[in-house]
Amino acid sequence: MIVASQKPMDEVLGYLGGAQRVLVLGCGTCVAVCNAGGEREVATLAALLRLGGRQATEETLERQCDAEFFDPVRDQAAGCDAILSLACGVGVQMCARLFPDKPVYPALNTQFMGINEGAGAWSEACLGCGDCKLGLFGGVCPVTQCSKSLCNGPCGGSTEGMCEVDTKTIECGWQRIYDRLQRIGRLDLLETNVAPRDWSKTHDGRPRKITRPDLAG
Amino acid sequence: MSDIPYRANSNLERVLVAGHFGVTAELGPPKSAEVEVIHKKAEHLRGKVDAVNLTDNQTAIVRISSIAAGKVLVDLGLEPVIQMTCRDRNRLAQQADLLGAYVLGIRNVTCLTGDHQVFGNHPTARHVFDLDSIQLIECVRRMRDDGVFLCGDPIQNSKKSPVVAPKLYIGAAENPFGDPFEFRAIRLAKKVNAGADYIQTQCIYDLERFERWMSQVCARGLHKRVKILAGLTPLRSFKMASYMATGVAGIQVPRELLGRMEAAKDGAEEGIRICVEQIQRLRQIEGVAGIHLMAIEWEQKVPEILERAGLLPRPVVPPAA
Repeated sequence: MIVASQKPMDEVLGYLGGAQRVLVLGCGTCVAVCNAGGEREVATLAALLRLGGRQATEETLERQCDAEFFDPVRDQAAGCDAILSLACGVGVQMCARLFPDKPVYPALNTQFMGINEGAGAWSEACLGCGDCKLGLFGGVCPVTQCSKSLCNGPCGGSTEGMCEVDTKTIECGWQRIYDRLQRIGRLDLLETNVAPRDWSKTHDGRPRKITRPDLAG
Repeated sequence: MSDIPYRANSNLERVLVAGHFGVTAELGPPKSAEVEVIHKKAEHLRGKVDAVNLTDNQTAIVRISSIAAGKVLVDLGLEPVIQMTCRDRNRLAQQADLLGAYVLGIRNVTCLTGDHQVFGNHPTARHVFDLDSIQLIECVRRMRDDGVFLCGDPIQNSKKSPVVAPKLYIGAAENPFGDPFEFRAIRLAKKVNAGADYIQTQCIYDLERFERWMSQVCARGLHKRVKILAGLTPLRSFKMASYMATGVAGIQVPRELLGRMEAAKDGAEEGIRICVEQIQRLRQIEGVAGIHLMAIEWEQKVPEILERAGLLPRPVVPPAA
C-alpha cells in the first residue's frame, strides 16, 4: 500500500494562512490503514484547527484517487475557503483537479509503496519502476532494497547483512537476494551480467499513463 | 618498439602484460582549485609507480574532477588512471567524459560504483546510478573494442567519418571483505566477463581472508584473465588503525595489527613496516599481479615504502609502435 506520514502542524498552518472555513478531507484506503489520513486523524486535525479558531468540516472519502467518491462532498467543498487533504499525493492532486477554484493543501508527506512490518512500522518495497525484475532476484527488489539500486550484485559496503548507509537499521538488499536464491537453489541467476536498465519505462521517460482499450467504455 | 597488440598501450598495461609486479598509487585531488596540491603530490610519485589513480569525488566529497586532475598529470609527464563512478553521471555524461579523457591523453580508467552520497558533503544530493560499475565496464570495452556507444551507434562524427574510439585500459575495483563473502568471487567474474583488464582491490589488512578470496578467484581461473592489484593503505597511527577497524564499512583490521600499532613507539614507522611486510606476503600469493597503494594524504611516504619493499626502480617497457 501507499504509506504516508503527517506533516508538521506548522507547515500545514502555513499553507492555510487566512483560510477560516476548512474542509478536512480524509481518505479511507491506504493512508487510513497506516494511521496517517483516515477518519480518526481527520477528527484530530479538525479539532486542532478549531482550537486555533477556524471552522473545520470533517469528511472521509472511501478513496481520493477516484473522482466518483467525491460527489457527497461537493457542497462542503463549494462552501469552504480551503481544502486540507489527508490523502496521499495522488488524492491531493485529484482533489485539486475536481475543485479547480479552491485552494487544496496536503496534510501528509507521501512516503512510499511499502510493507507493513508490524505495529507502527512500514518499509519501502516497490518504486513502481514499470519493468519488474523480481523474477531474477528471488522476489527481493534490488531497485528498491539496495541504497544504490544496483542490479549486478552488492557494492563493497555490505557487512554482515547490513548496508553501509546505515549499518543499524538498513538491511543489505543484496544479502537478502543472495540468501533467498540460495534457499531456492537458484544462485546460478547471479552469474549472469544484467544489462543496463531501460529507464524510459520509469518516470525518467515521461509521466506515465496506461490505457486499456478492453476496459474503455 | 614492441609489436604486442596492446588494448590501450598505456604504461600500466605494458608493465602488467610483460609480467612485472605492477605498482599503482592513489592521488586524491584537492577540495579546492589549488592545483599546486596535485603538483606536489605528483612529484612524490614521479618515477616511483607505473600509474597514478585520480579519485572521482572520493567519499562523495566534491574535489577537482578526476579527468581534469588526470590532464594535469599528463602535462607533468606522469601516467594517470582516472576513476569514474556511477554515482554522479548518467550514461550520456559518462561516455562524453570517456571521449574527453581519451583526447586529453588519458589511457586508463577504473570503473567504480561510487560511495553513497550520504557519506559526503552533499548528503541531500540526488544520486544517479543509471549504470552500475559492471555495466560501465562493458560500455568502455564496447567503445574500445567494437567502436560503438552503449546504444549501438558507431563512434564516428558522421556517417562518412572514420570510427575513432577511445582506447582505454579498463579497471575495476573489488572488495574481498564485503559480504556476502561467497558472492565476491562471482561478482569479480562478472567484472572480468564485462571486460575488466585489471582489478584494484579495497585496502587489505586481513591477509588470511584475502588469501581465501584469492583461492576462490584462482579456482575460477580469473587470475589468468585479469591482473589483480592488491590494495594497501599504510597505517599512520593507532588512532587511524582503530578508525579503519570500526569506522569504515567493508574493512577489517586483524587484532594482531591493532596490537602492533598500539604498542609501537613510532606509529608511522610501524605502519610502514607492516605495509612492507604485507607487500612481501602479497608477492607470494598466486594470482596477485601487483599492488595499489592508497597512502591517504601520505603520498610522500610512497617512495620509501616501495624502496623498502624492493619495488624500485620501476621497469621500463617500451610502447608499441
